[in-house]
Amino acid sequence: MFDATPRNLKDARREGLVRILFLLMTALLVLPVLLILGVLVAKGGSALSWDFLFTEPTDGMTAGGLLPALVGTIWLVVIALIVSVPIGIAAALYLSEYAPDNWLTRAINLAIINLAGVPSIVHALFGVGAFVIFFGFGTSILAASFTLAVMTLPVVIVSTREALQAVPQSFREACWNMGATRWQTIRKVVLPNSISGILTGVILEVSRTAGETAPIMFTGAAFFLPFLPESVYDQTMAMSLHLFVVATQVPNVPDNLPFGVALVLIGMVLAMNAISIAFRTWLRRKKKW
Amino acid sequence: MLSAVIVLAIFGLVLAEAAPLIARVGPAAFFTDAGWQPTSGRFNLSPMLWGTLLTAAGALLLAGPVGVLTAVHGRFYAPPAWARVQRRVVELLAGIPSVVYGFWGLTVLVPLIARLAPPGPSLLAGILVLALMILPTVTLLADAALAAVPAEQLQGAAALGLGRWATVRGVALPAARAGIGTGVLLALGRAVGETMAVLMVCGNVVQVPESLADPVRTLAANVALEMAYAMGDHRAALFVAGALLTALAALLVALAAVVGRRHAHG
Repeated sequence: MFDATPRNLKDARREGLVRILFLLMTALLVLPVLLILGVLVAKGGSALSWDFLFTEPTDGMTAGGLLPALVGTIWLVVIALIVSVPIGIAAALYLSEYAPDNWLTRAINLAIINLAGVPSIVHALFGVGAFVIFFGFGTSILAASFTLAVMTLPVVIVSTREALQAVPQSFREACWNMGATRWQTIRKVVLPNSISGILTGVILEVSRTAGETAPIMFTGAAFFLPFLPESVYDQTMAMSLHLFVVATQVPNVPDNLPFGVALVLIGMVLAMNAISIAFRTWLRRKKKW
Repeated sequence: MLSAVIVLAIFGLVLAEAAPLIARVGPAAFFTDAGWQPTSGRFNLSPMLWGTLLTAAGALLLAGPVGVLTAVHGRFYAPPAWARVQRRVVELLAGIPSVVYGFWGLTVLVPLIARLAPPGPSLLAGILVLALMILPTVTLLADAALAAVPAEQLQGAAALGLGRWATVRGVALPAARAGIGTGVLLALGRAVGETMAVLMVCGNVVQVPESLADPVRTLAANVALEMAYAMGDHRAALFVAGALLTALAALLVALAAVVGRRHAHG
């Protein structure tokens, strides 16, 4: 009925070109991921074994396993969570349920955004100044965990607030109409309906915390300390710093050792991410409203 | 409330540690001194500032277009299943810790670059690794901005007989401009503050690089390298570097907020 005009043809050609360009760009995105993971698995796979996970490094970190680093990372993450999760959730509850819309609230919001933007190495400086020296924790697990907690606080606050705001306002209003107080409403209606969203955020925080290196370098993580920490005032090894150390600071490391460390670290982090994503997907499906 | 206090505490503490030295040698000293020999009173930070700016700008130059176009591809061109895969991959990329990026750069990229243009650890390596690291930020935020374009506008464009590319270029991209701008600025902020990866692949020589193959040292890497043993004025100078970095990051966040707000008003 219609014949293609030259203009139509030109449009169609351009359409095709653009499509190819986009495909190339996407390939640019996907390829490096495969490349990174591929290299890690190919070179680090041979280092993995139960002994690798559950023994201590020996021979100046050129042999043996990474148990102290693994345990150290778990200590750091757990204590950071103990500090940041209650504070973060309380802050999010206040901001989402109580805070009036005034200049103070806006200032706090601005502060949270800025906190998220502070470079990790500056957090390290802050950790040294505040926790190591001012609070007198010394270079210790405690100081490192607090630094990590401060750093990941915005993650908890933002994800919790999103989870809280996903609870429909009508739920709250219904509850208030029954004569419930604000806190009763939060405890019985808002929190139960948003708890899984909050947990998703927390899991994501765990994965962020486990992978961070810069903030713990000067606040509590040790280069080499082949014992398990006994108290929160001890220093400890950590997975992320251990990778940095065996990759750059130690001579004569067998080729597959740092790759093995990287593989374990990335496995930990990505497993956490996967759990968090799966949780979110499951949650969306379950949602009734 | 506490988080506001913490932010103030961070700025306050970093400034408090940096202020005495700034007051004594004057702010200009950090840009005009004969070099970076902090133990003998020479505090020139400008090579490091250049290092930070060049790596971040280079990374953005690479990651910006790729990220935005990837987001467009995922929203408007890819079949839904592929778009989902693509989004997962981006999330995966976002989840990899920076020290792993650094390690990968060190063991894969650096030897590769060393063969083409020695010595290997270089500005180029830093740019490439950083580009990978900020790609998820650009892509995810650009994707969110494109998703926020009202469906009526896209349908309207389709009703006028516009092709897909014409719709994207004439309708979707202009409408999402502010959101994409915010994403780019936030990504730049991440690139400026990134420490470990850059530390591992950039070579850390204090100099203003003359070519892509020259090693550089960024502000963040400088702090990470020297903080462990720095004393007195040297330590204060590192806090000055930290303050400079914070100011840079805060500036980018503020710019992002301004760009985002302009969007909200129209």
